[in-house]
Amino acid sequence: MKLRQGQFSFLPDLTDDDIRVQAQYAIDRGWAVSVEYTDDPHPRNSYWEMWGHPMFDTPDAAAVVFEVNECRKAHGGKYIRVLAFDASAGWESIRMSFIVGRPLSEPGFRLVRQEDDGRRIRYTIESYAMREPEGARYA
Amino acid sequence: MNAEIQLPATVDLARSYAESGVADVLRELDEQLIGLAPVKQRIRETAALLIVDKARREMGLATGAPTLHMSFTGNPGTGKTTVALKIADLLHRLGYVRKGHLVTVTRDDLVGQYIGHTAPKTKDVLKKAMGGVLFIDEAYYLYRPENERDYGQEAIEILLQVMENNRDDLVVVLAGYGDRMDRFFQSNPGFRSRIAHHIEFPDYTDPELGRICEIMLSDQNYVFDDAGRRAMSEYIGKRRLQPHFANARSIRNALDRARLRQANRLFSTATGPLDAAALSTITEADIRPSRVFAGGLDVDRATKETSA
Repeated sequence: MKLRQGQFSFLPDLTDDDIRVQAQYAIDRGWAVSVEYTDDPHPRNSYWEMWGHPMFDTPDAAAVVFEVNECRKAHGGKYIRVLAFDASAGWESIRMSFIVGRPLSEPGFRLVRQEDDGRRIRYTIESYAMREPEGARYA
Repeated sequence: MNAEIQLPATVDLARSYAESGVADVLRELDEQLIGLAPVKQRIRETAALLIVDKARREMGLATGAPTLHMSFTGNPGTGKTTVALKIADLLHRLGYVRKGHLVTVTRDDLVGQYIGHTAPKTKDVLKKAMGGVLFIDEAYYLYRPENERDYGQEAIEILLQVMENNRDDLVVVLAGYGDRMDRFFQSNPGFRSRIAHHIEFPDYTDPELGRICEIMLSDQNYVFDDAGRRAMSEYIGKRRLQPHFANARSIRNALDRARLRQANRLFSTATGPLDAAALSTITEADIRPSRVFAGGLDVDRATKETSA
């Protein structure tokens, strides 16, 4: 099941050139672009690992593509996303976020039912990948 | 409808020259930089090559991006940084770099102090320079053969790798004194082969320095009087023979000191109100007191005497 989070996730995977154009859009608006990766695909996982610092002072998006490719080399089997932060409001608000790298096979999510007091049922989802320990979730 | 992209049958080089705005950059180069005839010639040739290459690419003849990395060799103060700025502008107008900004760095910006510190530092600089031109001043300091654990080698390796793999993204210009750059290239053959354009910057002649001097002054709204101009040209001739002569940079420093003396002179001698002409005239009295006329700096004289 292809993970659909963030922008462009219903489009075919972005090429390096697509990434460059999108990142350039962010840079031209003064947003800081950063690269993050994780192997926990849960939609509520807001703690992705940072790949280096956000790029505050790179005028050209080639640097973003460069970092994405460096990240792919080191964490090729994980999810990688590109974020754009806007600091103009006084706090860092995410303006853009899109996935640029994903594992070869994505097992998807299962529905978890938990029996609660009075036969109430609580529902949640869990990625099949999460059954494996961190670092062993994707080939 | 024909879905295939139609390649143009002919190209008009004169038009693409005019449209790219390269002429403006070359004219600026001619107007703003005194002398440097061989450098201007090389830049004009390079521009012609790039325009033809661009036209070839439009017609589907050329393959891949040309190697644009350059090395500028020459004595201090011969305008290497200024020319690098113009080159960045030129490449931007021709579409070879996307942003056309110039990032000037030295060894300190690339090489870290401890293990593992160099790679991120170098990569940061490279990322900043992407889409523009990276100008590495005194590049030979990167390589220190006397210290085999020096981290400069690591920076060189990353630099070479990015110069090769990200050729479309950035242009690297290495600059430094001629003889030391030659030795640097000898010990790092990887650099020599990745650099297509070696441009040598000649020293300025005395009349050229005189003209540079006038331009610098008029930029700051100062003028020489006749005696002052004569004193300055004498100064240039004498300064050249003394150690640490740095062409235009020496002239700029001399002018700064002349302005200081002029301010002091006005302050101590003026009795009544001064007009604009008095405030902006550099006279003989502001230049003659220079130590250059007395035979150089005290420290230099001292070393000369002990060695004699």
